[in-house]
Order: sequence, then structure tokens, then C-alpha cells
Amino acid sequence: MELTFYIAAAVAVLATIMVITRYNMIHALLYLVVSFLAVAVVFLTMGAPFMAALEVIVYAGAIVVLIIFVIMMLSLTREDVEQEKAWLQPKLWMGPALLSFVLLAELVYLLVIAEMPAAPAVAGSYVDARAVGLALYGPYVLGVQLSGILLMAGIVGAYHLGRQKKKVIHRFLQEKEPQKERSAAI
Amino acid sequence: MTTIPMETGLLLAGVLFMLGLISVMIRRNIIFMLISVEIMLNAAGLAFIVAGSHWAQPDGQIMFIFILTMAAAEVSVGLALILQIHHQLKTLNSDAANFMRG
Repeated sequence: MELTFYIAAAVAVLATIMVITRYNMIHALLYLVVSFLAVAVVFLTMGAPFMAALEVIVYAGAIVVLIIFVIMMLSLTREDVEQEKAWLQPKLWMGPALLSFVLLAELVYLLVIAEMPAAPAVAGSYVDARAVGLALYGPYVLGVQLSGILLMAGIVGAYHLGRQKKKVIHRFLQEKEPQKERSAAI
Repeated sequence: MTTIPMETGLLLAGVLFMLGLISVMIRRNIIFMLISVEIMLNAAGLAFIVAGSHWAQPDGQIMFIFILTMAAAEVSVGLALILQIHHQLKTLNSDAANFMRG
């Protein structure tokens, strides 16, 4: 049980170091996914399985996919097909694949020892989703409402900031210089 | 009691947080800076989970849920800001945005 924690911690630190030393954003995001998965395994060994699932779903799923979408939006015209082909070499995805294979082996090991009757796994500090839900909607219900307000502010702010300003110019005034328009907007 | 000592988990959280902080300071690509902020938030959540596991209370996990919510809201607003910066400055270098003319 301790060994799985230490291996997952080592994978997390290694993957994070690889994230901050990459020059290519997509490679960094591959390692970032591995780092989040390793932290999820750490949560699992700490006796927080619900948080491990949330980590995989929200961090490794939603947030990384959002960042990938924005990267694709920004560099759609500059990066071309040859670049895409160069990115798919085996030595580029071999590192994240190896690290996540270590995590997969750990996950299988944890599932197998959880099936055994004499489970030496997380004994006392196991906090399941039921206790979390009861506390979340009991004493922390104000925090849940504040989180809802925060998410609403995030949606409105992202919509307002991400909107491309659409200039409404009458077609008779179309010969006005768009460059001047932008500098006035700045 | 968990078999993993609490100091080890907190050490892991500290190491991850320091890696994110170093990356914020040495990187100039603004998307990398956003990723580093995510790493730091994740490390903070890990510290909460470790503490909640040490005392076997659900409060640490609830704090992690709140951190998760804040990270989701933060990354959406941050990515919208990155889109605007790229649209206006045609670059992702954060030093290009040091003039804050309204």
C-alpha cells in the first residue's frame, strides 16, 4: 500500500517536471494528463476514491480538453499537416504512455487487493462519497451556493471576454479603415 | 490511521507546488503559465486531501471540491483572456502585454 503511493508520487513529480520543461504545448499537455492521473492514484491510496474520480473527470478530462481546444483554435492556420505528422512519432508519446502504464499497473493491483477478503488496504482513513455528500449538503451548503455563483460568474466572464467584437458598420460607411477602428478600440 | 505518513503527502504537495511556481516564473508563454497555475491549484488540493485523510474527516475532500470548482471557473476565464490577447497582440508572449492601455 505504501509502495503504490510512493510510485504514484514519483510518477507525479516526474510528469510535472516533464510538463515544465517541454517546449511544445501538446507534449506538455500529454504529461500534464499523466501528472493528474498520478495524483488521482495518490488520492486513491489516501482513501479518497470519489476525489480520485473527480480528479480524472474534471482535471484530466475537462480542463485539459479546454486548453487543447484553445491551442487548436490559436494555431489552426500556422501548424500544418507535416507538423501533425511529426508530432505523432513514437518517441513523443512513448514517455507519457510508459508513465501511464505504471499507473495502470498500480490501479489493477489496487483493484485486485480490494477484491481479496483480507484487504490490507485503506483501513481507518477511508472516507467514501456518502460522507462527503452528507457534509457537503449539511454544514457546507453555503459553500455550494457560493460555488454556483462563482461558476455563473465564470460563465458570464468567459462569454464576455471571449466574444469577438463584431463591428456593425453600415455598408455605405464600409470604406472606413478597420485598422483605425481597432486602435480606437484598444 | 493511514499507513502513509502525513509528512510524505505534504512533501509531495509541496514539491508539486514548487514545480508549478518555478514554471510560472521561468516561462513566458502565457498558456504554460496557465498550466502552471493549474499544477499549483492541484498541489493545494492534494494538501487538503492529505490532511483530510490524516484525520479521516470529509472536510478536506470538500475543500478539494471547492478548489476544483474554482479551477474550472479560473481556467475558462483565463482561456478567454488568452484568446483576447492572441487576437489583439498576435502573440502568446506575456511580456508583449506589459502595457495596460485601457
